[in-house]
Amino acid sequence: MIVHMKPASGAHVGANNTVSRIMKQVMLALTPATVFGLLCFGWPALNLFVITVLSAVAFEAFCLSLRGRAVKATLMDGSAVLTGWLLAMTLPPWAPWWIGVVGSGLAIVLGKQVYGGLGQNLFNPAMLARVALLISFPIEMTTWPNVSPLFFSHSPGLIESWRITFSGLENIDASTGATTLGFIKTEFSQNRLLSDILKDYSGVGNFFGWTRGSLGETSTVLLALGGVWLIRQNIIQWQIPASLLLTVALLAGLFHAVDSEHYVSPLLHLNSGALMCVAFFIATDYVTSPNTSAGQLVFGAGCGLLIFVIRTWGAYPEGAGFAVLLMNSATPLIDYYIRPRIYGRDRNGKPLEIPKS
Amino acid sequence: MLSFFKKPLLRGGVHAEEHKAETSALPIVSDFPLPKKLFIPLQQHVGKPAEPLIMVGDKVLKGQLLAYSQGLISAPVHAPSSGTIVDVNDYPAPHPSALPIRMIVLETDGKDEWIKTQTVDDPFQLSPEEISLRVGAAGIVGLGGATFPTAVKLNMGRENQVDTLIINGSECEPYLCCDDRLMQERADWIIDGVRLMLHGMETKHAVVAIEDNKPQAFAAMQAAAEAFPMIEVRQIPTRYPMGWDRQLIRYITGKEVPAGCRSSEVGVTIHNVGTAYAVHKAIRYGQPLLNRVVTVAGGAVKRPMNVEVPFGTLISELFDFCEVDLAETARIVMGGPMMGDSLPHTAVPTVKATSGILAMTQNELKSGEEQPCIRCASCVSVCPAGLRPLDMANNIRVNQLDAAVDLGLKDCISCGCCSYICPSNIPLVQYFKYASGEVVARQQAQHKSEQTKKLIEARNARMERIAQQQREEEQARLAAKAERERLKAEQEATV
Repeated sequence: MIVHMKPASGAHVGANNTVSRIMKQVMLALTPATVFGLLCFGWPALNLFVITVLSAVAFEAFCLSLRGRAVKATLMDGSAVLTGWLLAMTLPPWAPWWIGVVGSGLAIVLGKQVYGGLGQNLFNPAMLARVALLISFPIEMTTWPNVSPLFFSHSPGLIESWRITFSGLENIDASTGATTLGFIKTEFSQNRLLSDILKDYSGVGNFFGWTRGSLGETSTVLLALGGVWLIRQNIIQWQIPASLLLTVALLAGLFHAVDSEHYVSPLLHLNSGALMCVAFFIATDYVTSPNTSAGQLVFGAGCGLLIFVIRTWGAYPEGAGFAVLLMNSATPLIDYYIRPRIYGRDRNGKPLEIPKS
Repeated sequence: MLSFFKKPLLRGGVHAEEHKAETSALPIVSDFPLPKKLFIPLQQHVGKPAEPLIMVGDKVLKGQLLAYSQGLISAPVHAPSSGTIVDVNDYPAPHPSALPIRMIVLETDGKDEWIKTQTVDDPFQLSPEEISLRVGAAGIVGLGGATFPTAVKLNMGRENQVDTLIINGSECEPYLCCDDRLMQERADWIIDGVRLMLHGMETKHAVVAIEDNKPQAFAAMQAAAEAFPMIEVRQIPTRYPMGWDRQLIRYITGKEVPAGCRSSEVGVTIHNVGTAYAVHKAIRYGQPLLNRVVTVAGGAVKRPMNVEVPFGTLISELFDFCEVDLAETARIVMGGPMMGDSLPHTAVPTVKATSGILAMTQNELKSGEEQPCIRCASCVSVCPAGLRPLDMANNIRVNQLDAAVDLGLKDCISCGCCSYICPSNIPLVQYFKYASGEVVARQQAQHKSEQTKKLIEARNARMERIAQQQREEEQARLAAKAERERLKAEQEATV
């Protein structure tokens, strides 16, 4: 019988698209890079990943029940899992368990639910949490283990991984080191020149991800492929990644051309999983990026500019998190000033003049 | 290189699943059994309702005038068949509310006997004004769904000396095939109607625009128009809402109609193919608009078809004829699935605007709980009008209707693209229709309260004036009395 009067207006048919489908597609696109990261950093990384995702879901469920919302139905949208997942990808792979829990708490509670839940937050929850963790726990957040793949003899086994995750890493110097960008930054402070610093740099290692770095952010190629697939699937638009990467490349190219001993080459900038992750997965977050194509171009360019500035002159070797948060705060402004032209009206909303024939 | 900087001719839009194959290959069914009773609304058009000039008990012939048009923008209503008028009263309207509106109820006698019609040998000898008059008298309105009186549009076209007449054969709504079939089967007559319209508007050039998913209709129309160089038949991309008049005007002519203006002001008039066919019948044979081709389709329809039905036929009879499974029907939609409205029941008549009736199953419908907006901005990219539906909806949700108006609420065309694409199942068009209605209601309420205030102020002023007058009279009376007493005292003193 006729059960559905509402809504009375169209459209009565719809595109085959739901929030949970979008979240799943993004997770699918993240999977290759994540799996590669887990393989590279072994059991401790897997522990951290599971803890972060599970605690994100737990915090979401807790907040939803406090707000008196349908817990199970809302969890099924997949947004909490995705937030935890993205956060885990940006953490040092052998970070202790509480980094994951505190990070998820920051992301879900402070980054999302206090604003009113999905779609209401001003800042990207994962980046908010990562930046807060980095400022609060600088040691844990900059301890980068060497690549130690699963099942290799020198890699930690399952039992040892629990000790690393739950009671911390012993003999830190033996199994950790610096990331490429971090290394360059420290060596610059020793007044060394780039040609000297980059003697051991492996472009291929960075490209495929065989390098020290965040859990899921080491592989440039896998993240870029995942991102391009998302664009092909029409989940994200090309504007933000393109303008972000182009801005970084142009600025880096300009400075590198002027002084190649003090400014890192654009290729090294672009050949970084972290940049790809930000360009395709973080900056493109629907909720915290502008609504129009032109606005997205501005947003991406702004992110790129800030990333370059922070990487080059800032105190931190990697500036993506800060850059995205700063541009997030500019999103309402961008949306206010850059809006589509309404049919039959000029940019200011006045009706067009009738053309004189 | 220059073309790169040109304004895009198409903006936004979606490509919905077409569902046209079910009926696009079937010939128009024209042996629909004449209903026993026809419920003919007095208002089937934009403008003032028609005024009945028959009485209950009158015998009428097919094509006889039942109600005359009232005012500048209106259209008359004719008897779709012969029979007896049994009632003029309020019956449920073909509208989501199904609130009663005034209808003439005609009990058919089954003879389907025509009134004597006025034919012409060479309609091109008629003056353009005469064409408009006859089109108006035939009760023809825009059959694409807008139902604006066609004669008024012809006049506007003539007065503004438009240079292009666009015939809209895009039929961009999914499921609907009535225009497609009409073009395939009756192309010569439609082209004749187009020529008559050109004559009526004194325009030299017409473009028939057909979406490229209707190659057969395109071929038929092209063949029919071959002999007439002033009529050009063009294929246009298949992309909903291609049939939005302003989108089509921009695509065909490159002109953009300014907000608040009629298309004739930029030199273009647009009519539907069904309207052109109706004009042909009205001018050549003197037949008023009595029936139309309606697409009956949807998952719950066992015999989907395009069928020619007289106005006033109850949808329930149409559904019986097409063997609709009401148990399977989750929603009845009048019109296409993108812009159509849902109907609460089938006891409402088909009218001039009814291009299709859909009996849709649960599987076909967009369903699911409304979820929070994730600001994916799909609605912004599909909006053909250049609006930001998500911001408008956010404002409407918190009752900031003025903010929604500032964002362009009044430029919304209710095409449904935003609702179609929304991953969170937000019924955006529903929000906008509610808000538009509410804005009008609030303006009326405000107007009313201002009027009341004015009246109260006027009354207070009047009462004050009367009181003042009374006070003055009283003073004058007292003064006169004092004067009288003084004179009396003086007289007494002298005596």
